[in-house]
Amino acid sequence: MVTLKVNGTTHSVDIDDDTPLLWAIRDNIGLTGTKFGCGVAQCGACTVFIDGNSVRSCVTPVSAVGDSDVTTIEGLAGKEAEAVQAAWIARDVPQCGYCQSGQVMSAIALLKENKKPTDRDIDLAMNGNICRCATYVRIRAAIHDSARALEG
Amino acid sequence: MTQHDMNLSRRTLLRGAGALVIGLHLPLPARAQSGAGAAYRPGGNATFAPNAFVRIAPDSTVTVLIKHIEFGQGPFTGLATLVAEELDADWNQMRSEHAPADVKLYANLAFGVQGTGGSTAIANSWEQMRKAGAAARAMLVQAAATAWKVPASQIKVEAGVISHASGRKGSFGEFAEAASKLAVPENPPLKPASAYRLIGKEGAVKRLDSADKATGKAQFTIDISAPNMLTVVVARPTRFGGKVASFDAAETLKVKGVVDVKAIGSGVAVYANGMWPALKGREALKVTWDDSAAEMRGSRELVAEYRKLAREQGRVAGLRGDAEAVLAKADRVIEAEFVFPYLAHAPMEPLDGFLQWDGKEALARFGSQFQTTEHQTIATILELPPEKVQLETMLAGGSFGRRAQVSQHLAAELAMAAKAIGPNRPVKVVWTREDDLTGGYYRPLFLHRLRGAVKDGKIIAWSNTIVGQSFFLGTPFESMVVKDGLDATAVEGANNIFYEVPDFRCEVHNPKVGVPTLWWRSVGHTHTGYAVECFVDELLQAAGQDPLQGRLALMGDKHPRAATVLRAVGEMANWKGPGPIEGRARGVAVVESFSSFVAQIAEVSLGSGGEPKVHKVWCAIDCGVAVNPDVIRAQIEGGIGFGLGHILYGEITLDQGRPVQTNFDSYRSLRIHEMPEVAVRIIASTASPTGVGEPGVPPIGPAVANALAALGHGRPRQLPMKGGTV
Repeated sequence: MVTLKVNGTTHSVDIDDDTPLLWAIRDNIGLTGTKFGCGVAQCGACTVFIDGNSVRSCVTPVSAVGDSDVTTIEGLAGKEAEAVQAAWIARDVPQCGYCQSGQVMSAIALLKENKKPTDRDIDLAMNGNICRCATYVRIRAAIHDSARALEG
Repeated sequence: MTQHDMNLSRRTLLRGAGALVIGLHLPLPARAQSGAGAAYRPGGNATFAPNAFVRIAPDSTVTVLIKHIEFGQGPFTGLATLVAEELDADWNQMRSEHAPADVKLYANLAFGVQGTGGSTAIANSWEQMRKAGAAARAMLVQAAATAWKVPASQIKVEAGVISHASGRKGSFGEFAEAASKLAVPENPPLKPASAYRLIGKEGAVKRLDSADKATGKAQFTIDISAPNMLTVVVARPTRFGGKVASFDAAETLKVKGVVDVKAIGSGVAVYANGMWPALKGREALKVTWDDSAAEMRGSRELVAEYRKLAREQGRVAGLRGDAEAVLAKADRVIEAEFVFPYLAHAPMEPLDGFLQWDGKEALARFGSQFQTTEHQTIATILELPPEKVQLETMLAGGSFGRRAQVSQHLAAELAMAAKAIGPNRPVKVVWTREDDLTGGYYRPLFLHRLRGAVKDGKIIAWSNTIVGQSFFLGTPFESMVVKDGLDATAVEGANNIFYEVPDFRCEVHNPKVGVPTLWWRSVGHTHTGYAVECFVDELLQAAGQDPLQGRLALMGDKHPRAATVLRAVGEMANWKGPGPIEGRARGVAVVESFSSFVAQIAEVSLGSGGEPKVHKVWCAIDCGVAVNPDVIRAQIEGGIGFGLGHILYGEITLDQGRPVQTNFDSYRSLRIHEMPEVAVRIIASTASPTGVGEPGVPPIGPAVANALAALGHGRPRQLPMKGGTV
């Protein structure tokens, strides 16, 4: 049995402790907003927060999570999350949409650290997230929009 | 593709109109995410279903059943726009969902079967969906006229509100039930373009799927779960054409969560409670492969063979005058040979599918791009009559051609996996990224050998020999594109060029290679666009002509739409020649694909390690009536990024028949810091709408290559530009 605290709720799941957090979240806890894209921390589709830090859940075994707080896209709260998701919708950023949970998580993590990111800051913070539809022009614009909205 | 049959279009509309509610009740276990007891019922609780496409509920929501799969290119929004325009609906009341598999109701009018591809979603739906909306509007108006005892001609509909000068007002929902009892008008009149409120209007329409996709709520196939469901991963042959000789599942069956292991047609299937046990189980599996019939050649060997073939007489695909005779006498022959690697589509969501059956009836749910043939394949394998198999199309995380399977291999694997474990065990088959990248169905490896001659500032001869696999010859889809043995998709864009050259020849060889290949976003134009637009640039350079003005001169007055986008892009970029200026050079290219015309100018410098850095791309597109301008811009931005990532970095190399690249660490994908700024201009047009999903892709490669030539680096002869290994 492994105990995981996800979005404020404690779950006990009967899985091996080498199970990546991604599959525990998706298959055992039933939260499917976090996506599988590569399994080797190359694409960022599986990005979640552990104690507020952005991590790739596909390479994070549940044994490494302990009693930390895991936040998935379903459990987002706060002004950065609101600003980013509103900007994503206003800009019609998504195309296929499959990578966008991860993009949104990375964008929120950036804005929590950096209130007014430059293009260079965005490049550095977001280049671990692949979008095969190449929605990058709008991702960049939506992050700038979010920063302006947060400045408010 | 077969011709668009407008009579068929009308018959289809009317046939749909006859059926108020299509019987799709499926007595199987509940769909997990829809709540207990919810059967698969497209359109939900609508009370007004005037035809196969429009469902209006008592709360006035209008749900459009979308016959095309939504995997990013925007049919959920585009087809709903066409309905909403003629219905005079408010955009906020519009919803979209996938139509079920039903070829009688939902055929692509360009194909004759239900399916998506060739950038045809808007083009083939243009009249059909507007008529569907107009019919629904006429019936709502008639219902209101009857209730209010006024002539229908005095009733107005605006932004979802039905009204009369007397002050009476009503919503669609109020009249939905009464409208459902009326006769369906046979040929409802359509608005003139001058009356459009949504079509072509900036800001009038937002994508209907953005909110769910920005919040993680959108449901993809991989997100499906059902009681008793097993996750299935398959160990497939390591070489194309390989087979299972034997396997030992003893260690696999010891893995906690693994339920069973079965040999199925495509390999050895591991069934487990969840993805991680399935993956661990597959890792522990011992399989001996029989490669006696497998393709053993590597990319290097194939390229060497293609080089030889390119010097032999091929099948003539385009001919004018006698290019060989002119080249034989020319003072100087300019030659170029371009090599294009195998490419994977690598959609973000790897292939997957869900199927549940009880031995008598089945429900398949996945990102089906060719519903008609996939439906048939599943029914055949499960030995069920087609009417006992329901197919629900799911949102899919990209395709780029990968889900449009000529071979039906995913549908077949899904049905085989379900059949092997037996009834009442729902299965979800999931491919990993490694399965995806090493699993074939690539953009074929191609080689172009071009020769040309220039005299007195003019191109006098052009000869192009193309070598590459056909993914159509010998398949059930052959009749769609193959004529007189010629696979049009291998030569499109190369056997007929914009440029007036008196002596012209284009030949093709389609060698048989055991690597499964498939169309890839923009199909033949992925390589012909590069070869033709690089070579014309090279010849113009030799002739001392400006790349943009020289192209226009060669077009004469025969290609007005191509010339228009070329002039427009020159104006946008303030074109004054290729440069370079302060280390940055510009390259231009123009390609017609899927009946749309796209010109691009790329501004490029050389970055660290000699890697091309693309700063900005200007793009002009003529795609006929621009139904959703912002979706078109998004497709151009995305098409440029997709095309650029592959010409710079993308390559699947085969080594002794085995794919070398296995994940995004070796199959390099474009990332945000490599994405250029993009400016798009959409040419105003009254022509019927044409493609936008693919046409943004072809020009970016040659535009970058032509800029590199201006930087003194030549036009890369071998793709990808960075890190190519063949």
